[in-house]
Amino acid sequence: MEHIDFSLVDWSRAQFALTAMYHWIFVPLTLGLSFIVAFMESLYVRTGNPEWKRITKFWMTLFGINFAIGVATGLIMEFQFGTNWSNYSWFVGDIFGAPLAIEGIMAFFLESTFIAVMFFGWNKVSKSFHLLSTWLVAIGSNLSALWILVANGWMQYPAGMKFNPDTVRNEMVNFWEVLFSPVAINKFLHTVSQGYVLAAIFVIGISAWFLLKKREQLFAKRSMIVAGVFGLLSIAFVILTGDGSARTVAKYQPMKFAAMENLYVGQQNAPLAAIGILQSDKAEGQHKKEDFLFKIEIPNMLSYMAFLDANAYVPGIKDLVHGNPQHNILSYKERSEKGRIAISSLAEYKDAKKAGNDSLSAAALKRFEENYPHFGYGYYANRDVHELVPSVPTSFYSFRIMVGLGFHFLALFIVILWLTLKNKIETKRFILYTALWTIPLAYTASMLGWVVAEVGRQPWVIQDILPTIAAVSQIKSSSVQITFWMFAVIFTGLLIAEIKIMTTQIKKGPAEEGSSTIH
Amino acid sequence: MFETFSYVTLQEYWWIIVSLLGAILVFLMFVQGGQTLIYTLGKTEDERTVLVNLLGRKWEFTFTTLVTFGGAFFASFPLFYSTSFGGAYWVWMLILVAFVVQAVSYEYRSKPNNFFGHRTYEVLLYINGLLGTVLIGTAVATFFTGSAFVVNKMNLTNLTGGKMPIISEWTGPAYGLEAALNLHNLTLGLTVFFLARVLALLYFMNRVNNSAIMERVKKQLLYNAIPFVVFFLTFTIWLLLSSGFAVNPETKMVSMEPYKYLHNLIRMPVVAVLFLLGVVMVLMGIIRPITCFVKCSTKGIWAAGIGTILTVFSLFLLAGFNNTAYYPSTFDLQSSLTIGNSSSSRYTLVAMSYVSLLVPFVLAYIFYAWRSIDNKKIDIGEMKTETHIY
Ligand code: HDD
Ligand code: HEM
Ligand code: HEM
Repeated sequence: MEHIDFSLVDWSRAQFALTAMYHWIFVPLTLGLSFIVAFMESLYVRTGNPEWKRITKFWMTLFGINFAIGVATGLIMEFQFGTNWSNYSWFVGDIFGAPLAIEGIMAFFLESTFIAVMFFGWNKVSKSFHLLSTWLVAIGSNLSALWILVANGWMQYPAGMKFNPDTVRNEMVNFWEVLFSPVAINKFLHTVSQGYVLAAIFVIGISAWFLLKKREQLFAKRSMIVAGVFGLLSIAFVILTGDGSARTVAKYQPMKFAAMENLYVGQQNAPLAAIGILQSDKAEGQHKKEDFLFKIEIPNMLSYMAFLDANAYVPGIKDLVHGNPQHNILSYKERSEKGRIAISSLAEYKDAKKAGNDSLSAAALKRFEENYPHFGYGYYANRDVHELVPSVPTSFYSFRIMVGLGFHFLALFIVILWLTLKNKIETKRFILYTALWTIPLAYTASMLGWVVAEVGRQPWVIQDILPTIAAVSQIKSSSVQITFWMFAVIFTGLLIAEIKIMTTQIKKGPAEEGSSTIH
Repeated sequence: MFETFSYVTLQEYWWIIVSLLGAILVFLMFVQGGQTLIYTLGKTEDERTVLVNLLGRKWEFTFTTLVTFGGAFFASFPLFYSTSFGGAYWVWMLILVAFVVQAVSYEYRSKPNNFFGHRTYEVLLYINGLLGTVLIGTAVATFFTGSAFVVNKMNLTNLTGGKMPIISEWTGPAYGLEAALNLHNLTLGLTVFFLARVLALLYFMNRVNNSAIMERVKKQLLYNAIPFVVFFLTFTIWLLLSSGFAVNPETKMVSMEPYKYLHNLIRMPVVAVLFLLGVVMVLMGIIRPITCFVKCSTKGIWAAGIGTILTVFSLFLLAGFNNTAYYPSTFDLQSSLTIGNSSSSRYTLVAMSYVSLLVPFVLAYIFYAWRSIDNKKIDIGEMKTETHIY
């Protein structure tokens, strides 16, 4: 496969990563803040206290600023599957297209319709209809997360489909298997709940700033309580579902798992490296047993976490690449050979069918189906199989930073809630500063989660079935370079504008009821 | 219930849905049309604020329709998604960028400290209005004029042939931009542009309570309606006289057939009626407000809007039904896409058809929500008291 234009593949990946990461700056806040605003408005409707309305409106304004740019960056994501991953769009479009369409019909319309009522309806519709609209916006935004995450989960673990050799694509055979795949469920729950955590930290951090500035004390403390309770519940859920996600990775994407753990040689009773620094001078292909410069281990923990069994065997990178007959692991060389057979049998099947030779085509089809689970490896038949190993340091460190920050957030929520309920929070300047500085950390954790998930599955777009080199569109890599920089410039410009507007609105503080939000 | 439908019926059903979404999208592009008129109609900052806010309460809807149109097309005809988007790369990228910059402009335009200044956001709205309409019109026209591509699914098994394993390949060097040089495509692009402006003017008539703006609206209506009609007639007459891409129902071979689209119109009288009805309604919607001298009808947007939907809908049906290739390849006729050879599997179409049953509910709540916040016209006074304005 010498003819593959790697610069095209790499630029297309870079563009996808860039646009996805930009989209992801805004999405988690939308997911969580929409609920926080809905809680606040519910309190307003229940108590009739105009102070709650003022609080609601302040956070709602910030929500609107964030939402607009989330929508702007999302559009590109959808159409990029066609523009940059055109093979992909045919090869799995029969399954993948459905969630995207459902998302539009079910979620985006709900969101965009009721957002109008939420922003413009204060003086036009009844209190309860307004509250309902706010809730519907929250539900709508979380539904959009559901469908896209089902789609992403399916790419990590393709279920509910069958390859149709006549149409040369994968076709859906069971919608429910796609929707309820364990990967998709964990992914959805983990991702939306981390959105709630991020939004809670956002609200707490900004409230802490008001307290530090000795402004709007009541407003700040009330906001902190709502966000603190929501955040604490959510972070517990994040840790629970994160653990669940790790288990699905261990089961369905062993290479990603090994990379996340820097595990070169598989073992039983595998220990977990809670903290570690990787050896950097490892020569390619010669994996030593000692891969860490330094580490703190928890014995048996990895085996237990991955398979709920301290004795379980966890395969390492070396086992996956070179095979391990003892544990029934095929080497990548063998898998790519099988993949090559699958690919060429498909061609033979088509030729035989065209020629009307039934027995030949039946035999080819049989060979094809036997080898189909290795299809994607076939594209690596004449290549260095180490290309199938993702970046280990990126996966390893990203994963640890995300998890570590998760526990930091847990502690922060507990402390904040405790101090606020004791009415002592405004005197603890150190905690308030910590809360403020945790806002960027929440974004970091969230972004790193995707780095773990997406970098760790390289080079697969669809696990084991379709690698990036067989998924791209046939365009000039210079075209993709231009669009990459175009998006980089536009999105960065918009991001700067967003941050400026956002901070200006925050500094202004909540408006007095009745005055316009723009002056 | 959908399980009992034949594969062909399901494909047709989904072509109808996609066509309807496309038609609604073209109608809703009145928002884009309006964005190109902000400075023509609004001479003071207050007047412009009224116009921007009127459009701003609807932009999300157009945008979401675009997104859903894309998603529905992907789910039902993935080969189109794969072939057109990957090949006509630049056209689609420019369309997307034009919509990206629109999405933030309303929310950020009037906010303090917005980095670029409110003029920039207005320019971005203009760019969206111009590029969005012209390029989408151009892209739709390629349903009739064709593009230069080859589809060969077996390329996927090409491991040694010195080619990348890519299914759809475009032969032109310009990645779709050549479409904008085809006069017929451009004609439809300009038709959509002027149509969007006409619809915007009718919408303003219906919603604005300000006599200075109304005077300008009436004048502009004439200036935009004339080029619209001229471009539209040019395109339609060319279309009905030109050859089209016919599919042999038995062999599935594609060939050129003279007067194909005229034949389609004759063979499908329902479509012909919808098309004529649509055109008449659009013209009615425009003519009534133009010819009124004392008191004007402000309801033109309804007739013209429904007319637009019917006309565009029937154009899509002309492109796809009656054994026609809706996305023709001028380079290799047999690579042309038809609703039969580019659709999703039967299973997926059935599953998606159940999802489509939600559409009436969606339309119902949209209608209800809008009525609840749009019950009176908008004027400068409201802009001073409203708490969330653009
Ligand atoms: C504030 C953000 C945040 C925090 C604190 C955590 N996560 Fe996370 N994590 C995410 C944000 C995130 C995410 C952005 O939502 C990801 C990316 C893809 C996905 O499914 O969720 C993710 C992915 C992700 C994956 C990869 C899933 C895959 O590859 O498909 C694993 C294994 C974990 N997480 C595990 C954890 C654990 C054990 C945590 C314990 C505290 C944790 N995460 C905290
Ligand atoms: C390839 C992946 C993705 C695609 C194709 C995509 C597509 C889109 C599109 C087209 C929009 C604009 C919708 C509108 O018109 O209102 C959007 C917004 C949104 N998307 Fe994404 N998206 C992707 C990733 C994600 C992920 C992973 C999530 C959540 C877990 C998510 C959640 C949302 C939400 C909540 C919105 C609402 C607006 C906002 O972002 O603030 N998206 N997305
Ligand atoms: C919104 C959050 C997301 C982020 C931050 C993200 C991040 C990334 C990153 C970093 C890469 C590049 C990996 C590399 O080149 O090594 C990538 C690739 C990719 N991701 Fe995601 N991703 C996100 C969501 C999604 C979703 C929801 C989908 C699909 C539904 C998706 C599909 C893809 C595809 C198709 C590629 C390109 C092919 C590849 O390199 O694997 N991503 N993403």
